[in-house]
Amino acid sequence: MKPRNLSIVLAAGLALAAAGCGSSSSDGGDAGKSAAPSANPNAPVSISVNCEPPKTNKAERATFEEDVAGFQKLYPNITISKVTDAFPCYDPKTFEPKLASGDLETVFYVNFPNVGRLIESGQAADISSYVNELKTYPDYNSSLDLFKKDGKVYGLPTDGYGMGLVYNKEVFTKAGLDPNSPPKTWAEVQAAAKKIAALGPGYVGYGEYSGGNTGGWHFTASIYGRGGSVISDDGKKAAFNTPEGKAVLQNLQQMRWTDNSMGSQLYIEWPALMKAMAGGKMGMMLGAPDVLISLRNDFGGKFENYAVTAQPEAKALLNGGAGYMINPKATPDQIRAGLKWIEYKFLTPGKGQLDYVRAKSQNLTVGQPYPDLYGADTASGKAVTDLRAANANIDAAQFAGWVEGSKGITPKPEPGPYAQEIYAILDTPMSAVLTRKDANVDQLLSDAEAKVNSMLASKS
Amino acid sequence: MTTASIPVANRRRRQPTKLRRAVRRNLTAYGFLCGALICFAFFSWYPMVRQVILSFQKTNFVDAPEWVGLKNFRTVFSDPAFAPAWINTAMFTLLALLCGYAIPFVTAIVLNELRHARAYLRFVVYLPVMLPPAVGVLLFQWFYNPDYGLFNQILSFFHLPGLQWLNSTSTALISLVIVSTWMNMGSGTLIYLAALQTIPSELYEAAELDGAGLFKRIRHITIPQTKLILLVMLLLQIVATMQVFIEPYLLTGGGPENSTVTVVYLMYQYAFNFGSLNAGNALGLMLMLVLMVFSAIYLRISRDNTV
Repeated sequence: MKPRNLSIVLAAGLALAAAGCGSSSSDGGDAGKSAAPSANPNAPVSISVNCEPPKTNKAERATFEEDVAGFQKLYPNITISKVTDAFPCYDPKTFEPKLASGDLETVFYVNFPNVGRLIESGQAADISSYVNELKTYPDYNSSLDLFKKDGKVYGLPTDGYGMGLVYNKEVFTKAGLDPNSPPKTWAEVQAAAKKIAALGPGYVGYGEYSGGNTGGWHFTASIYGRGGSVISDDGKKAAFNTPEGKAVLQNLQQMRWTDNSMGSQLYIEWPALMKAMAGGKMGMMLGAPDVLISLRNDFGGKFENYAVTAQPEAKALLNGGAGYMINPKATPDQIRAGLKWIEYKFLTPGKGQLDYVRAKSQNLTVGQPYPDLYGADTASGKAVTDLRAANANIDAAQFAGWVEGSKGITPKPEPGPYAQEIYAILDTPMSAVLTRKDANVDQLLSDAEAKVNSMLASKS
Repeated sequence: MTTASIPVANRRRRQPTKLRRAVRRNLTAYGFLCGALICFAFFSWYPMVRQVILSFQKTNFVDAPEWVGLKNFRTVFSDPAFAPAWINTAMFTLLALLCGYAIPFVTAIVLNELRHARAYLRFVVYLPVMLPPAVGVLLFQWFYNPDYGLFNQILSFFHLPGLQWLNSTSTALISLVIVSTWMNMGSGTLIYLAALQTIPSELYEAAELDGAGLFKRIRHITIPQTKLILLVMLLLQIVATMQVFIEPYLLTGGGPENSTVTVVYLMYQYAFNFGSLNAGNALGLMLMLVLMVFSAIYLRISRDNTV
């Protein structure tokens, strides 16, 4: 091809590509494509879903695909036209661009810290009129509260658990501690951490986050455990400059500088502490039961070495987990179809993620005490518990301390729609006590309080 | 046949033919220009215009955007991390200039003077540029580990006390500067080396005959002869280092105690962690205005030395 012709083709190609880019915003994904709202639940409708397990996770991906096929067979009028497997399932970097361009899936995954913000900013559909069509909806426990605002429902939790204390049994044994009798108080945590750190170089008694918003997240879990709060009930003021908040920081300061039981490495972002825990030289960390499975599946930890017990002296537990919301541009038919998918895949005992017979046959872990979605006395709650127990293929004892110790402790949600901003501010006192021996806890709390109050005022 | 004898209608027809010929002659250039213009329009100019618009709006990408005046700017101004972000960015730029400007220049001079293994050493110096930035940054995460990292092992070998590196407010920022310098010095060194090789060797020979030593030769020949490239690199480096992001993002998360939070890192926080793309755009606009000043100086210098 002559250079001149080449340049023309190039220019034409770019123009077409640019035109394509320009039009994408009006195309949209499946949301908005369907016909007008229909009162007929059997009207043909097309939806898209996300969070398919990655290709590397063959077993779970296969079950997902099986569920997609099974769902469409059960509901012939619903077509799942697109399934995406991008990881992480909720990525704040791509969420808004996808929403703006119309590429956001009809049914999308969201983790708890982001739920409040999406509701606040109107980026999730109001599903209040449809949820009563779901059989298991009345059985939900308080994890649903996070998805509600002003009496309206904006999503459904599909995974939920309270915080606990994850520990390495092998390290406990090496340090002369009884792995079957983990710490129940913070004083016992301190004493155990000292013994573990005394094992030698590289051993860390207790690990804690301090940056990338994870420091603030764990501060929140810790202060909840001590009976404190992060923001006031009306959400307008900071509420952590209290004896409980002070105790959280002082405890860490003492372990880091007086006991020298926390090592000198700072843990920024979620995987950092997980990697350290999986490395086999860390004794304890705050974490929910899902940490054990993640240590095994994602970080190469020896599953049998780990256990989770109740958060020490806990009066309330930060509720962790994830759920699904519906694209705010979805039509009523798509909302209804999307909720049916959530129900089939995540909420029905014996189906989808709660099909423990299938999970066991595929050598997936069964027996971990989550997702904790339904009230213990409800029909769904009992069915899930029975199915799980009947098909368990992991040692329930690894979770027993958490199950027993967490009973009756009030679950508490993330601190409002601006949780991430608050966590970013609370990273500062957490990193201060872990990096400065002379950090003034009172001053740190007071500064952080002023910053959170200023931030909350600017939002109102 | 003379021009005067050509019928008027024929002359009229010939004029568009000339134009057509001119267009045909430059068609290749127009084609390539068109491609570049489309690329710039869609991937640079349009996003810039959108950024300006978004910084004055409140939008959730579902409902129609709402004009909010300077509210996003006020939000950013009132952020407790706003002042530290600008101070840290300025400090990083200053330190990165001190290290990242002098070290490549000195390295280039040394490489230029070498008689042996020059190609090999050039490759070694340029090697970090070929590494994906995330890999280079994470490599330093291991080097900086206070317990078993390479740097503290070296200090220990010389019986010096170990440092906390990224874990201390007093050393975290300079630790990021070291990473940045290591990752980027290869490109600077090669550019300086190219500039050094354009200096006529007669100048050095004459200076040597006059008894000038190494430092005098550098001061009176090397620096004046490379003045333009030094100035251009200075400005480009200011523009680049003020946009520092990957180092704090991967190594420190802006901590400890906001000591490494930078303007672009804060923008990222707004846009993707705080769910406020509009405030992130407002902060981006502020940074863009600051960088435009340096870019204008750069353009002025380039123009003055081209004409």
